[in-house]
Amino acid sequence: MKSEPQVINNEHDKLPAALAPELDIVLRVNGHDRTITVRPWVTLLDALRGRLDLTGTKKGCDHGQCGACTVLVNGKRINSCLTLAVMQTGNDITTIEGIAQDGMHPMQQAFIDHDAFQCGYCTPGQICSAIGMLNEGHAHTRGDVQELMSGNLCRCGAYTNIVDAIMEVKEAQGNE
Amino acid sequence: MNNFTYIAADTPKQAANIISQNPDAAFIAGGTNLIDLMKENIAKPNQLIDLNKIPGLDEITELPDAGLRLGALARNADTAYHPLVQERYPLLADAILAGASAQLRNMATNGGNLLQRTRCYYFYDIATPCNKREPGSGCAAYDGYNRMNAILGSSEHCVAVFPSDMCVALAALNATVNVSGATGERQIPFNEFHRLPGDTPQLDNNLQHGEIITSIDLPPGGLNKNYSYLKLRDRTSYAFALVSIATAFELKDGLIVDARIALGGVAHKPWRVTEAEEFLKNKQPAKESFTQAATLILKGAVGLKHNAFKIELAKRAIVRNCLTALNPDK
Repeated sequence: MKSEPQVINNEHDKLPAALAPELDIVLRVNGHDRTITVRPWVTLLDALRGRLDLTGTKKGCDHGQCGACTVLVNGKRINSCLTLAVMQTGNDITTIEGIAQDGMHPMQQAFIDHDAFQCGYCTPGQICSAIGMLNEGHAHTRGDVQELMSGNLCRCGAYTNIVDAIMEVKEAQGNE
Repeated sequence: MNNFTYIAADTPKQAANIISQNPDAAFIAGGTNLIDLMKENIAKPNQLIDLNKIPGLDEITELPDAGLRLGALARNADTAYHPLVQERYPLLADAILAGASAQLRNMATNGGNLLQRTRCYYFYDIATPCNKREPGSGCAAYDGYNRMNAILGSSEHCVAVFPSDMCVALAALNATVNVSGATGERQIPFNEFHRLPGDTPQLDNNLQHGEIITSIDLPPGGLNKNYSYLKLRDRTSYAFALVSIATAFELKDGLIVDARIALGGVAHKPWRVTEAEEFLKNKQPAKESFTQAATLILKGAVGLKHNAFKIELAKRAIVRNCLTALNPDK
């Protein structure tokens, strides 16, 4: 049985009397058009995890502070917890499930090779963020990588190995 | 989040018309601040008007006078890395890149940056009084943990600071905010855009309900030779400023002919003191003059229990940043 979402509504006089209507939207995720029905307040993160069963993208703080929910939208990394699903129609969304082409993505392999995680909870966000950063093309030094990855927290503290992994991929790309 | 309806606008005029009929509606662009505020039950709009589908507002274009127009929907990252911004207004590029994280800068818009709310802990905590959130309820920060709060221009009603980095540079560069409403368009000089709290701390700025920021204009002459943005914070990256300084000079024949010094993290708006900038004009750039200018800028500063250190910190940061601006590449 489908349950209605719980609504926090302390100001009944100001808010719409009835629940806002559900909206049918099409999200293009990992190359596929996916039709879902959502209320306006469903974040992209909750749509990916709860509606599309793409649970690789993690919910950490849900406030844009930790980076665990990082996905790529039109090739650029964003926090999926701070945008609404209804705002992302027409965009090309890539999650951790969509980055591998033939076998593992080089960034995934580098994270394994460099032991760039302990618990792994931040890892999908770290990998999406690192791929986005290299796409953006503004990281030139190890210091740049540290600065431009500061939106992804790792509470296990695997930062040194994460930067090592990213630098390996970056240098391999530069040598192609 | 509370219950709200959603509509995407096609033009600024349509967006202004919709919002002017609904006092409890809000615009959404990048959403990086608003959605967070809605999750915290601080912002409770009953309708969101999405501006992202409006064509043309995300462009960065040259103006006939060699200035630059930053579209309100251009993303902070796209603005900071834009070749013309990097070349002519590097102070602005550096300030933008000192703020937030790469993910947030990819989403956050220029218009939204101006409209972000304070990160005062008590504004964010709906269990405590806050005159900005609930006018008349009191200010919990005044006698609370106020390390991040204001030292200049505050009132007994509010000691919040405006958290933007980008806006500190825009203030120093004498930007202009272009605004469109149901009744027409107007321009607001940057230093008149944000407000001091006084007894109406619920008002962050002078934008009227129903008005929409369409762009921000930068005047020609971006002071791109002698400039520096310094941000002091509790960790190296991805933290709000304790104190930040945007400094730019125009030097001629060994003398300062134009000086701009704007402070962030110290007041309810980017803080500029004309008297200090005038004091530096036609003087040789020297540490002694910068120290005197810093004293003028911090005149009237008041420290609270936990943030009095910011007064001396700001003075030293001003002097250091003025010296850095003389040799920005070192």
